[in-house]
Amino acid sequence: MEFSFALGVGFLAGAGVFLMLRGQTFPVILGLTLLSYAVNLFLFASGRLMIDGAAILGTADAYSDPLPQALVLTAIVIGFAMTAFVIILAIRARTDLGNDQVDGRESSLTNGELLDRKYRKDVKEAKR
Amino acid sequence: MMTHLPVLPILIPMVIGALMLIPPFNQVNAVQRTLGALASVLMLMISILLLVEVDTSGTHLYAVGEWQPPFGILMVVDRLSAILLVLTSVLTLSVQLFASSGEDGHGRFFQPLLMFQVMGIQGAFLTGDIFNLFVFFEVLLIASYGLLVHGGGKQKTAANVHYVILNLAGSALFLIALGILYGTFGTLNMADMARVAPTIEGGNLTLAKSGALLLVVVFGLKSAMLPLQFWLPKGYSAAPAPVAALFAIMTKVGIYSLWRVHLGIFGPEAGGLADLALPWIWPLAWLTLVVGIISVLASETLRHLAANLVMVSVGSLLLMVATATETATSAGLYYLVHSTLATALIFLVAGLVVNQRGKAEDRLVSARAMPQAALIGTVFFIAALALIGMPPLSGFIGKALMMQATLDAGEAGWIWPPLLISSLAALVMLSRTGSTLFWRTREGKPGTAEVHPLQWAGIAVLLVALLALVVGAGWMSEFSERAAADLFEGIDTSVLAGGVSK
Repeated sequence: MEFSFALGVGFLAGAGVFLMLRGQTFPVILGLTLLSYAVNLFLFASGRLMIDGAAILGTADAYSDPLPQALVLTAIVIGFAMTAFVIILAIRARTDLGNDQVDGRESSLTNGELLDRKYRKDVKEAKR
Repeated sequence: MMTHLPVLPILIPMVIGALMLIPPFNQVNAVQRTLGALASVLMLMISILLLVEVDTSGTHLYAVGEWQPPFGILMVVDRLSAILLVLTSVLTLSVQLFASSGEDGHGRFFQPLLMFQVMGIQGAFLTGDIFNLFVFFEVLLIASYGLLVHGGGKQKTAANVHYVILNLAGSALFLIALGILYGTFGTLNMADMARVAPTIEGGNLTLAKSGALLLVVVFGLKSAMLPLQFWLPKGYSAAPAPVAALFAIMTKVGIYSLWRVHLGIFGPEAGGLADLALPWIWPLAWLTLVVGIISVLASETLRHLAANLVMVSVGSLLLMVATATETATSAGLYYLVHSTLATALIFLVAGLVVNQRGKAEDRLVSARAMPQAALIGTVFFIAALALIGMPPLSGFIGKALMMQATLDAGEAGWIWPPLLISSLAALVMLSRTGSTLFWRTREGKPGTAEVHPLQWAGIAVLLVALLALVVGAGWMSEFSERAAADLFEGIDTSVLAGGVSK
């Protein structure tokens, strides 16, 4: 159980970090979201993993640690608010700055993105 | 009433901020502004009362809902927290008055956001629990995201995107660190963690070390420690003047957290975890100061200059954190109070300059004369003297204290040169800025923009506070020593076992 849990957290965190290093705001936000999932799962594990542990006193022999659950709950709520805000901000930046680059400049497009753009433009013109 | 005093600096801005979102207070008008001013004055009075209380009768602990520590939410007011609460309230009053001149009308939610931001800052200073430190960081951050784009515009949006994304990543790191620390310590109460720290060994020690060092990254991001400082110049110079002035204390929240966590919990008595962050902070602090000096010399506008001076003050303070003796901490505390007030003042002056110079704004080019150049110039001169560290103002005393402390710690050889050169760089750039802005004027009709009386009021608050810091320098430096002693001594939660407060 520990191994698969760690693998899941690690995969989410890795994917999140990878996406966060992209140049456009949308993948960055997705990356932040994935990273926050990884963090929430990780917080859960900080109270040690166990199966069949009761959360209420006097009902079982084995108890799970309730504090990490409270922490995760707080972290999820805060994460929700932050994600909502950053999405609105990204939309605002798209209209204010005229593009969806994190640093607001077209020149930061990678070669692949530029080629992609040129391809789409060509297709459009060909249609005309 | 007195027993509930420690929680009021959080409750007042929360309640007033929420009030400002519902009618009849939700319009930007005299009613809302008066409410904001009242709240600021009330917070100032309470924080001064708390300071006096704490200084006479020792650290106050407040267990919210009477849940006993280490399980419940614990508020701790020791001398360090109390003086920072007073500083925050002074700054809030100044910023609130300054913004009430009409700057708050550029968006709809300036006043409530200001209240929520202050709630986050005061909460971060008050909490005795490292998870609540995270929560209050988030409160102050989400309010600051809103304040940074107040009024809108390309520059602000671009700066805000970086600021928000960086801080969200920082929050994720903070939570990872908290998870690791809870897993190894079994508690997140700071006093309890300090108690448990020496007993940690084996595999847990390595884990706890990585958690503690992750916290250095998080607090380094908040305090703009190199290499995490790139967001600062752009963000601070794009922000509206009163917001930038309030942000002068945001970097100091990072410094405060470093003190609390890395001297309080992972201090010299923490066994295998003792002083583990200091070898990392030391070189980074030194480099922050050096890069700050270079950036100061390369500034192109008054606001950039002010933002870079924030970096210089952060570098100096981080060096005091890294020196980690009691005298260095007390010297750092004095300098922290001074530099927050002085940089806030220069940001407000920059706001006036931008208003009065028309299209040239605060760029270092010759432009038409400012209509009220004499008055603004005088305030600029005072702020400049304070920032450079010239006698008789508090900058000089702060710098002298820091140099004395590093001499005592035997680190003068490394720390004195950048500290002194930073003063020289500030001197060069501030004289250049001042002479360009106020004297190198072109022919042409001066503009008609007048400084609003409320803007003067906001500036006057800071000037009075700076003056008080000079007149009361003796008391203040002795108080800083007591505060540093408080920090090194730690918090004794055993007194709460009998349920002292409710």
